[in-house]
Amino acid sequence: MTALALENLSIRYGTRPVVMDVSLSLAPGRTIGLVGESGSGKSSIANAVVGLAPISGGDILVDGVSAVGRGRRAREARRGVQLIFQDPYSALDPRMSVGDSIAEATLATGRKWTRAERHHRVRELLERVRVHPDRAGDLPGAFSGGQRQRITIARALAGEPQVLIADEVTSALDVSVQGTVLNLLRELQQDLGLSILFISHNLAVVRYMSDEIHVMCGGVIVESGPTEPLLDGPEDPYTRQLLSAVPVLGERMTFEEHVTP
Amino acid sequence: MKRFVGPAGLTAILGTAVLMVIAFAGPGIWGEAATARSVPDRWTPAGAEFLFGTDDLGRDIFARVMVATRMSLLLTLGATAIGVTGGVIVGLTASILPKYPRRILIWLMDMLLAFPWLLLVLFFTVIWGATATGAMFAIGLAGIPNLTRLVYNLASSVSGQDYVRAARVVGVGPLGVLFRHILPNIANPLLVQVSASASVTLLSFAGLSFLGLGVQAPAYDWGRLINEGIGHIYTNPMAAIGPGVAIVFAGLVFTMIAEALADRPGQGLRGVAAAGRASLFPRGPGRKTRSDAAAVAPPVGGVDPGGDGTALAQVTDLSVSFPDGEGGFVERVRGVNLSVRPGEIVGIVGESGSGKSLTAMALAGLSDDRAIVKARTRRFDDIDLGTPLSRKEGKRLGTELGIVFQDPLTSLNPALRIGRQLTEVSRTHLGMSREEARQRAESGLDAVGIAEPRRRLKDYPHEFSGGMRQRAMIGMALTAGPRLIIADEPTTALDVTVQKQVLDVLHRAQRATDTAIVLISHDVALVSGFCDRVVVMKDGEVVENLDARRIREEARHPYTRGLIACLPDMRSDRTRPLPVIDDRSGPGEQDAGTPEVGAVSGAVRAGEESPL
Repeated sequence: MTALALENLSIRYGTRPVVMDVSLSLAPGRTIGLVGESGSGKSSIANAVVGLAPISGGDILVDGVSAVGRGRRAREARRGVQLIFQDPYSALDPRMSVGDSIAEATLATGRKWTRAERHHRVRELLERVRVHPDRAGDLPGAFSGGQRQRITIARALAGEPQVLIADEVTSALDVSVQGTVLNLLRELQQDLGLSILFISHNLAVVRYMSDEIHVMCGGVIVESGPTEPLLDGPEDPYTRQLLSAVPVLGERMTFEEHVTP
Repeated sequence: MKRFVGPAGLTAILGTAVLMVIAFAGPGIWGEAATARSVPDRWTPAGAEFLFGTDDLGRDIFARVMVATRMSLLLTLGATAIGVTGGVIVGLTASILPKYPRRILIWLMDMLLAFPWLLLVLFFTVIWGATATGAMFAIGLAGIPNLTRLVYNLASSVSGQDYVRAARVVGVGPLGVLFRHILPNIANPLLVQVSASASVTLLSFAGLSFLGLGVQAPAYDWGRLINEGIGHIYTNPMAAIGPGVAIVFAGLVFTMIAEALADRPGQGLRGVAAAGRASLFPRGPGRKTRSDAAAVAPPVGGVDPGGDGTALAQVTDLSVSFPDGEGGFVERVRGVNLSVRPGEIVGIVGESGSGKSLTAMALAGLSDDRAIVKARTRRFDDIDLGTPLSRKEGKRLGTELGIVFQDPLTSLNPALRIGRQLTEVSRTHLGMSREEARQRAESGLDAVGIAEPRRRLKDYPHEFSGGMRQRAMIGMALTAGPRLIIADEPTTALDVTVQKQVLDVLHRAQRATDTAIVLISHDVALVSGFCDRVVVMKDGEVVENLDARRIREEARHPYTRGLIACLPDMRSDRTRPLPVIDDRSGPGEQDAGTPEVGAVSGAVRAGEESPL
């Protein structure tokens, strides 16, 4: 049983291939980390899964149903996946109250909501992400970066997804706020049984969040496996390079390798 | 939030009020005088009895100008409304059409845009005949292509935003996106543009009527009055100037409305009212300094090891303030002591708003023009940065101090070749010839591991990758033989592997030339791995000054400890929640007006109730 499966997924922008033949399967309640440098195709995968980018080959299955194309079944399948964006400052409409933004996302459930139900649901979600529900009427400008990121998480939850895609959700945040957001995601996963596709270039953060890691480089997955064994004994040269480049607190960095031009 | 706004709002409101009163009441008050013929009084020059004189039938021109206000404004507003409605409909439709129909529509509009609007108006006038309503439709329709382009461009810039994509992900259709997200977000710039274009429309009308293509006798608007008065410009200039003044006044009011709207982004027409209120009842310029709230906290920040006179660069008791726009000042850096010894690598770490960049820029003598920098000492080698620099000192700073910014793409001019920009310093500061400077740039790129430097110098900045641009900047900073390099988040925009390459270059340069480096970063692990000494900043103050190798053991200050604890690393326990810092009230993090409370409470708790 898989919550989300990519089968030989390929994505092309014009004639330029950005993702080639990528397969992965995410079990319910688990987290897969997708790590790699910028331009390696991580975000393209995220966009393709939620239908923001067309795919050129392969298939995307949400709970066993293909989420590719414009058909009704595909659209319904896609709604089971929600995306959390990288930059909390541009992810919320600056002219719409945060409550309305969250309420709007209840559309994705495909059910009819009464006004009162929706209002109640918004308060419940804000409480869940620890933002005071009385602030539902405030515009995004009144919140800090960390709070906004939690609000975008609430919006993603409003669609009642089985799968969350977190695309670089902490890279725009200060370190002290990062922890709050990561903790919240893990807690929500436990409470709601969510499956998470966690995308980041920060290996330490991916390691902390994921049960399984896929390393991407140049549009293909170069190595994948359960987190600990993979990071303890990386086999692919790129994974090794990635690991050696992560700075460790209080340890002098070693600089002997050749600089690639 | 900015409360006090210039007089634009007030002028706009008063002007609108005057125009409205005249337009509503004008025909009632002056209607009789405007039509009463009196042959003996014909062509009376301007005077006490007739302010603007009289026309060929002895009618009071002033009264006629007042009465014409209603007609002129109605026509202007009508034409503007037609233009805006058409522009919004076509522009928004274009923004949600599929690719090819959209392109065709926009091409069509661009073609019309390139067509002289006056010809377009004349064309429409021929169709509808030379009547007032004909002219209104003509001017309104002629304005559509222009407004369409504007609306389309505004809409396109909004529709690429993440919040629009988010709405699409949850299943909001194109029309929903249009009305819920795009329209509210383009409304303000659109209103500004519309008010500004209304004054142009007003002029167009005056022009058309003047040419006899607009309003036809016996009806009259301002343009027609000018037309009638112009024949007697030598005997009674006011007959033409009077209506001209009315046009200028109305035009100015429209412009002022646009101005007031632009002053208050995000509030639409309500903004004008607010601006007016604000200028009627201005608040006294209150002096507000953050230091009041923070004065409770004792001066913090460990011993500054370089503060004994051996330092290459030094600031003591540095404070940097900025005007807060309400007459007061906000102190963003206070009481900072920092010194860098020759060949030393110092890291400044802190979160956004901690004042780390401001401190480093003050050390480099490169503060923002608005910044008020105060310090007991501020020197680089023997150059006192607190006093105006002599030519020679400026030249020395230009070569002995190198700066590397976060995103070199913004510090490089995209229109000039890399080579030209990289040779600038050598040529202006060192007086080198073109060839010498080029060779120097080549060796600079070579030193940072960029292959084929001679060919790469001919590239434009966008042809370099992010890591290459950053290395090129470092290479250039190095060619001048600096004694200190200040690197402000040089790797934040880069991937971890590229970051390593960039740091490698910096490191080797430091080894080879014994240059001192100040590295500014938000990443405490990075700073501790690269530097000799780590300075931790928070809310504009230095909280701790630590040996980089022993940071984990020696960090005493709760904030530093919190920063270290909450950073996941390759050894973090994955089964437990990450610790979080319990105090998040940094600048910009909270609503304006929230006082900065207790410098650091510093409690580090495990994943409980989130801070506000």
